[in-house]
Amino acid sequence: MVGVFNKQHPDVKFINGAVAGGAGSAAKDLLQTRLQAKNPPDTFQAHAGKEIADYIAAGQLQDVSNLYDEFGLRSAFPPALLKLLTVDGKIYSVPADIHRANMVWANPAVLTAAGLDPKATYAKLSDWFTALDKVKASGKTALSIATTWTQVQLLENVLLSDLGSDKYIGLWTGSTDWKGSDVGAALADYSKLLTYTNTDRDNLDWPDATQQVIDGKAAFNVMGDWAVAAFVEQKKVAGTDYTYFPMPGTTGVFDFLADSFTLPVGAPHADGAKAWLQTVGSAEGQTAFNKAKGSIPARTDAKPADFSEYQQTAIKSFGQDTIVPSLAHGAAVPIAVLTAISDAVSKFGTGSSNAATFQTELAAAVALGASK
Amino acid sequence: MTAIPAPTAAAEVLKRRPGTAPTAVVPPGAKRFGVARTLRYLLLLFFLLAVLIPVYVLVVTSFKGPGDASPDRAWTWPQAWTVDNWRAAWTTLSPAILRTVQMVVPAAIISSFLGSMNGFVLSRWRFRGANLVFTLILFGMFIPYQAVMIPLLKIMLGMNIPNGIPSLILLHVIYGIPITTLIFRNYYESVPAELIEAARVDGAGMLRTYRSIVLPISIPSFVVVLIWQFTSAWNDFLFAVFFSSSQNGPVTIALNNFANGALLQNYGSSMAGALLASAPTLVVYIVLGRYFIGGLMSGSVKG
Amino acid sequence: MSVRHRKGLTHWGPPLLLISPSLILMGVFVYGLIGVNVATSLTDEHTSAQSTGQAPVTFVGVQNYNDLLRSPAFQHSLRNLLLYTAVFLISVLVLGFIWAWLLDKPVHGEGIFRSIYLFPMAVSFVASGVVWRWLLNSNQGTSASGLNRLFQMIGLGFLQNPWWNNPNWGIAAIALPAVWQLSGYVMALFLAGFRGIPDELREAGRIDGASEWKLYRHVIFPQLSPVALSAVIIIGHMSLKAFDLIMSISKPANYQTKVPAVDMYTLKGSYNFANAAAVGTILLVIVALLVVPYLVRTARAEKNR
Repeated sequence: MVGVFNKQHPDVKFINGAVAGGAGSAAKDLLQTRLQAKNPPDTFQAHAGKEIADYIAAGQLQDVSNLYDEFGLRSAFPPALLKLLTVDGKIYSVPADIHRANMVWANPAVLTAAGLDPKATYAKLSDWFTALDKVKASGKTALSIATTWTQVQLLENVLLSDLGSDKYIGLWTGSTDWKGSDVGAALADYSKLLTYTNTDRDNLDWPDATQQVIDGKAAFNVMGDWAVAAFVEQKKVAGTDYTYFPMPGTTGVFDFLADSFTLPVGAPHADGAKAWLQTVGSAEGQTAFNKAKGSIPARTDAKPADFSEYQQTAIKSFGQDTIVPSLAHGAAVPIAVLTAISDAVSKFGTGSSNAATFQTELAAAVALGASK
Repeated sequence: MTAIPAPTAAAEVLKRRPGTAPTAVVPPGAKRFGVARTLRYLLLLFFLLAVLIPVYVLVVTSFKGPGDASPDRAWTWPQAWTVDNWRAAWTTLSPAILRTVQMVVPAAIISSFLGSMNGFVLSRWRFRGANLVFTLILFGMFIPYQAVMIPLLKIMLGMNIPNGIPSLILLHVIYGIPITTLIFRNYYESVPAELIEAARVDGAGMLRTYRSIVLPISIPSFVVVLIWQFTSAWNDFLFAVFFSSSQNGPVTIALNNFANGALLQNYGSSMAGALLASAPTLVVYIVLGRYFIGGLMSGSVKG
Repeated sequence: MSVRHRKGLTHWGPPLLLISPSLILMGVFVYGLIGVNVATSLTDEHTSAQSTGQAPVTFVGVQNYNDLLRSPAFQHSLRNLLLYTAVFLISVLVLGFIWAWLLDKPVHGEGIFRSIYLFPMAVSFVASGVVWRWLLNSNQGTSASGLNRLFQMIGLGFLQNPWWNNPNWGIAAIALPAVWQLSGYVMALFLAGFRGIPDELREAGRIDGASEWKLYRHVIFPQLSPVALSAVIIIGHMSLKAFDLIMSISKPANYQTKVPAVDMYTLKGSYNFANAAAVGTILLVIVALLVVPYLVRTARAEKNR
């Protein structure tokens, strides 16, 4: 995308200040410090949605709604997305890409060996449990998973599957009761799913878990679509070496997260930043960015033919499915709530809390966000 | 009080009490000399190997190629020796290593001078409350830095000291004061009083005494303190993580990101990186080991 | 002599000058900041908005401490800390003592043994964490790696265990790298201690017909107790601050290895500055309980010198 930027705005120089590592935690630390010190970068990347709520509340981000009008973005992005981006009537970031977090990746060979149809899809979780049982019986890991955040991602998928998109959204807005029995049933399903996973999950990060599917050690892996990059890099062919489908029970729902760029208050080169945001939001910029990354553009006018097979299915889904915000990736709740949820998930995953406590802790975690 | 550390200490350990046969817990009548001694050697050897286990894994893995350097092949000899990992580690970490040197050297030098001044004053100047002052300074060495981290963040922001090496130098100097003061005070306590008094008789004031008499004889202690501060600042992670980033910070942060942050774990380079990051302190330890040990011993508050 | 009787500014000035920078720095950066930290912990500054002044901050007294100490999560952290400290401290004292005891008597290659036992101390926890992460991998059986694999290879397969991947005892596994790094230090302390015992004392004991064990119990151990106490204080306070090792081996999000120092880091990341400050103060109190009596005792001993 930098190439496109340089083409569109040849007079502005782009300096990449990326801080590698730690799944962004190192970058977040530095960002927090710089923003507190009133020494902000010109722009920074953050997940669109509630993740930037803290920055907004602290008065550290500029309202870019006017840029949306100026660059004609209101018509280019789907209305559901715009709604999720709007806070108190204002918009504070420009999404560069859209990832889908409710996908399952599978290894057909492992499935066949377990006596399953590799092309089968599962309408609900209970159907999937039968299949998972068969894989477990065949001696392989049924569902590979990694450290805490991937478990939170699995949890959100289960909630989405069992509760449906309206109630799922209600979990975060407060209209769904966390203490209800439907949530309890979903948590029971989550607990059951965990029994199919590898016991060393806390030792691993997501590439290790996805690798287990690639290597044929595990049958299924629930992961966002950045997993495609891992398959492609190892020259695996979709359909033969691996298959994918939406999380059982979530067909017709697109669980989104978006990498987006912001305009901090006091950005030293505000005009340059605005130019960058224009590129980020432009058709050309988004196409270039997403082709490389394996995600899809936020714009509805992207040409599917430019993208790979998986991306085309994603684009189609994004265009017609119900869009819901991801929990694990900062769209649905602010950081403090996500941290509290992660703590509860980690505790439950180690067997240190029972289902009832888990449910109470999750309810309390979400309530943290509401009391602000 | 602690005697002058370093060479004499090491020599002492080597000096043996003549005539005492090693009689450990051994049943009477058994071949005392042979059995006990063999047992001891075996134990020592066992512990030696145990301590070296992680080193073996580190070294061996750092020379392994991508497929070879995986956890299930941790104990095997490399299939094919490669220096690629070292090259990758060097490329990523050398800027951080340079920055760490830039941080550690000034910090060690400044904090040792401060410690020397404090140690001298506190060992020579007997006023009511001198002990209290010393204890108050010493307590600073024990506080968990978490107890001051939040306000420290705010104050550093407020003072506009740039994030990264400058902040860290300041912090290591400040929080190094207690331990350097302790080591120097212990040292000066052992300096013969006549030396100082002789200077005083000649009419020299305290400052003059310090500059012309005390400083020159402090060299052994300076060595100890410099080594200690060098190692402690080089290995620090807590301050680095709060006050710098992998871009402007020392090698501990860079290593942590390099080894633990990458998307696809490259174990070989991580191990090479760990060795690389530890190399300077290990070299100091090997070359100046006796002083290192001396520092350890004089750094502990003897009861 | 005229020098000795001189009083007034010239007598007090130079020492004060030499020591004042340190006094000021300590005053501000240790005691001042502790004060500010306590003050922050008594407010309700839990959000980012408050930290930049966008929302008001009010005094809430000890409510944060109440909440923290009552929360099961923090209690788990404290329990982990205690367990870690106990395992770390005991192991390091025992191992350090054994090594010192083994090396106290003449041995060939003593220098080599000593140097190798000691060198891990020169390495940072972050660097050692890189390899210990591997070694402490929790897989057992066929997918075992790390130490579990080693145990299998040398026929000690029954020693395999999940290491830190256990919510109740996992933190003890993290003590292993710490023991590896610091036993040498304790060894050095005990060696100095052994050396400090006058030969006459030992000879006198032997002449009196004391057995080796009695010698140790009544002569040597008492002589070593100051050294042991020193070691307990130093290692103890290092253990209470445990942060680097856990960040390097486990991850902040993991429930098994939660300790207060890591909690503080997580809280800060969530903008919960008041609670982070409270955790810091709690840690300070715990350390003070360990260290202050010792410092007071030392100071008194000095006065009587």
